[in-house]
Amino acid sequence: MKIIKEFGQFIKMFNGMFRTPENRKMYWKQFMLQCNDIGIGSLGIITIISVFIGAVSTLQTAYQLVSPIIPKTTIAQIVRDSVILEFAPTLSCIVLAGVVGSKIASELGNMRVSEQIDALEIMGINTKAYLILPKILAGLIMIPLLIIVSMVLGIWGGRLAGNLSGIIDASIFDKGVLMDFLPYNVIFALTKSFVFAFLITAIPAFYGYYVKGGALEIGKASTRAVVVACVLLLLADYVLSFLML
Amino acid sequence: MIEIKNIKKSFGNKTVLKGIDSVFFDGKCNLIIGASGSGKTVLIKCMVGLFQPDNGEVLYAGKNFFDISNVQKKNIRKEIGMLFQGSALFDSLTVEQNVMFPLEMFTNDKYSIKRKRVNEVLARVNIVDANKKYPAEISGGMKKRVALARAIVLNPKYLFCDEPNSGLDPQTSLVIDKLIREITTEFNITTVINTHDMNSVMEIGDNILYVFQGEKEWEGTNKDIILSKNEKLNDFIFASAFLKDAKTMRTIQETGVIPEGIKEELRDSIEENLNIDLDKDGFIGKN
Ligand SMILES: Nc1ncnc2c1ncn2[C@@H]1O[C@H](COP(=O)(O)OP(=O)(O)O)[C@@H](O)[C@H]1O
Ligand SMILES: [Mg+2]
Repeated sequence: MKIIKEFGQFIKMFNGMFRTPENRKMYWKQFMLQCNDIGIGSLGIITIISVFIGAVSTLQTAYQLVSPIIPKTTIAQIVRDSVILEFAPTLSCIVLAGVVGSKIASELGNMRVSEQIDALEIMGINTKAYLILPKILAGLIMIPLLIIVSMVLGIWGGRLAGNLSGIIDASIFDKGVLMDFLPYNVIFALTKSFVFAFLITAIPAFYGYYVKGGALEIGKASTRAVVVACVLLLLADYVLSFLML
Repeated sequence: MIEIKNIKKSFGNKTVLKGIDSVFFDGKCNLIIGASGSGKTVLIKCMVGLFQPDNGEVLYAGKNFFDISNVQKKNIRKEIGMLFQGSALFDSLTVEQNVMFPLEMFTNDKYSIKRKRVNEVLARVNIVDANKKYPAEISGGMKKRVALARAIVLNPKYLFCDEPNSGLDPQTSLVIDKLIREITTEFNITTVINTHDMNSVMEIGDNILYVFQGEKEWEGTNKDIILSKNEKLNDFIFASAFLKDAKTMRTIQETGVIPEGIKEELRDSIEENLNIDLDKDGFIGKN
């Protein structure tokens, strides 16, 4: 029941968000700041998880494929496809929901509770346009880029692990990665990451922007934002896989 | 001049403002006083349009704020400065950037000009050598002053202050009050101040609106307030026995009339509290 009411409010949030900026330069500055926060700010964690996920999937795939009939290149193919289709977009975005989402929710929540949003409104600034929109746009641009980075690093991590553990030679891995490569998979993954990027930024922005109360409520709102974003992200993952594969 | 007419506001089934009329004058410190929870903040937020009142009008120079186009609203907003209860400085910006923010948003001036203006207003509120500090690094009184500087940087016609003294010691409060008063007269601003601080009331109360449980209970100046017979107002202002007695004394002095009962019950209390002797008619004797 609560979630339905929240959904209604969420839709209403977009009402009045798309207005001419009071000052283009300031909006651009805000947008670049968000791009930096979301993109550069999350690069470290994305690097770490992508490399490890790729590495682990090489080891596990090799463990499951013990038959001598199956060529080793298959391992590389499986790693490539699972990284591109699922691990890079979905797992990275779940992590980003935590990292970026909680930051957005608590930042806006703090601004609301300490009346900074009111202060902007008083000056005659459209706070939805100035505070929320740049975050969503920055997410829509930076998160798919992060996912591309994640794909590359994931596959590289798989190659590295295969090489280090002696399971599969780098040259064989490379051959496998290029074998029967479907560009459509990348398109699918990028479509997913656009949808996820929207969920990761818009939902926490909503919970943060409309916080009522004090510090305690900011914490609650940010937790709720991350939980709702993650659940919807997985739901969207299922729906998109159903529709597009 | 700002005029409000029959402002009503409810949240759910809780009625906070029950129809308030008043006038706030140019170049004056217009005070809204009342106990905590009486609806002062809600009233001020209705006046600046942060809340939409359920009923009533807020007239800025005769134009109803809720009856005009968005463009006109934005134009009035540019003439409004507001000092929030918790200062509401932007955490991620330095003192200088905070004060410069409205200039960056609404002017096309060169950086050197903006910087000059920022230093000007910061000096006006007696902030020096704090330009590069972040809000978390300065004291509450400084935050209020920086917030005041930000509120006046665009030369507003209207200045709203929500509890400018809350959380400050009496001396710092007085400094803030004096600043607001000086700025108000200097630039002929229509200043509206929410407060429950009696020092401010006496110091800067040119025009006072007393709100009791969402209704206008009394209106007047800081001179009238001492002589007012309004029970609820007196309960609010002279909350302590000491102040009540002081008020009675003052009334006796001003009017020469001794209130009923003064001779018997209150006499001792007055003598004790104010450390004076009353002669048999109730006037101050030679001590
Ligand atoms: N956004 C809101 N939603 C619901 N109730 C509110 C809201 N803002 C204020 N109130 C209620 O209005 C009443 C008056 O509050 P306020 O104007 O803040 O009092 P004060 O005179 O101390 O400034 C309080 O009882 C408060 O609970
Ligand atoms: Mg208040």
